[in-house]
Amino acid sequence: MTLTVTDLGVARGGIPVLEGLSFALAPGKALILRGPNGIGKTTLLRTVAGLQPPLKGRVEGAEDQIAYAAHSDGLKPTLTVAENLTFWASVFGRNGIEQALDGFDLQTLRDRQAGALSAGQKRRLGLSRMLVTGRPVWIMDEPTVSLDTTSVAMFADAVRAHLGQGGSALIATHIDLGLEAEVLDVGPYKAKPPEIDDFDGGFL
Amino acid sequence: MIALLLRDLKLAFRAGGGFGLGLAFFLIVTVMVPFSVGPQSELLARIAPGVLWLGALLACLLSLDRLLALDWEDGSLDLLATAPLPLESTVTIKALAHWITTGLPLVLAAPVLGVLLNLPVLGFQWLVVSLLLGTPALSVIGTFGAALTVGLKRGGLLMSLLVMPLYVPTLIFGSEVARRGAEGMAVQTPLLLLAGISAASIALLPFASAAVLRVNLR
Repeated sequence: MTLTVTDLGVARGGIPVLEGLSFALAPGKALILRGPNGIGKTTLLRTVAGLQPPLKGRVEGAEDQIAYAAHSDGLKPTLTVAENLTFWASVFGRNGIEQALDGFDLQTLRDRQAGALSAGQKRRLGLSRMLVTGRPVWIMDEPTVSLDTTSVAMFADAVRAHLGQGGSALIATHIDLGLEAEVLDVGPYKAKPPEIDDFDGGFL
Repeated sequence: MIALLLRDLKLAFRAGGGFGLGLAFFLIVTVMVPFSVGPQSELLARIAPGVLWLGALLACLLSLDRLLALDWEDGSLDLLATAPLPLESTVTIKALAHWITTGLPLVLAAPVLGVLLNLPVLGFQWLVVSLLLGTPALSVIGTFGAALTVGLKRGGLLMSLLVMPLYVPTLIFGSEVARRGAEGMAVQTPLLLLAGISAASIALLPFASAAVLRVNLR
């Protein structure tokens, strides 16, 4: 299923940040979002994920198709690695976390409490959650933060395997993942400041 | 849904999960009241139903703070919102988990603590019945309050103020059932009203909670 974004405008805290954004994400493809800090990449991803309504425009093909990975991994520190993953697998109506544990080299940590993991290990666990969701469209916000080069390669392999199975990925990142992916710089889509009709408008 | 319930229960029982917080508070209130009121067993017997109900209500309120806030802080709430589970059922399960870890222990502890307050013998069964009917409403209403204030740092004060008036009907009819029961009077009217409040809260509030949660997640 193709994810289509048409003339999308998004706002953060009521202030428009991006507008006029259109793209399509076909199965097997990845799209990398780039742009300076504060341009609205996270806001765009949250809108595509359906967590906030668009200011204008449409997002099609996202409902019940996406798996979202945000800055925070949604891990419970008092649950073990395996318990955290099993929980997310069953929420998405799936079972079998072995593949996800293997994919991110977490087998040796499976009975460790998530609170006792390092930042990079937590991140790997957070990313392995994408594998257990079984959702075709991955939406990821800065997935490589606190990962070392080996883990970044591991992550790129996981994404490549996902694309190979007909999935797609929308990734906001600043580093080169070595993926065969289109790059979309959102900088030019920066929303213009709203026009003030008259003098009083600025005070309202 | 069962996975979410099991996870929440597991989290509550693990270290720092907050299980027993409400129970300990309830214990403290009911143990301290006889000390502050003085050794007048007649007076204690009169105020026992009200004190037990108030203690249970405040104990419930105490643990609402972390009901959704923890999931919000670690990002789970965002991920749950994009999961196949509708938010309505997520908040219902959260309220159920809250009731099992907070409301149910209070119901079970109340008869034991009733002894400390010289609760008349007739009152025990009605105290348990009224708490059993009333505490689910406290959890569901509390979940609504928690959903309203989920994005706020240290939103506990605001939540208490928002939830307090909504708790009043449950408190009035709940303690009325216990009081009338203790005095050997008919309990049917307050009992039906209490059950009605609980049923209506459980039926309607999850939709309201999910709606405000969606707004707060933006």
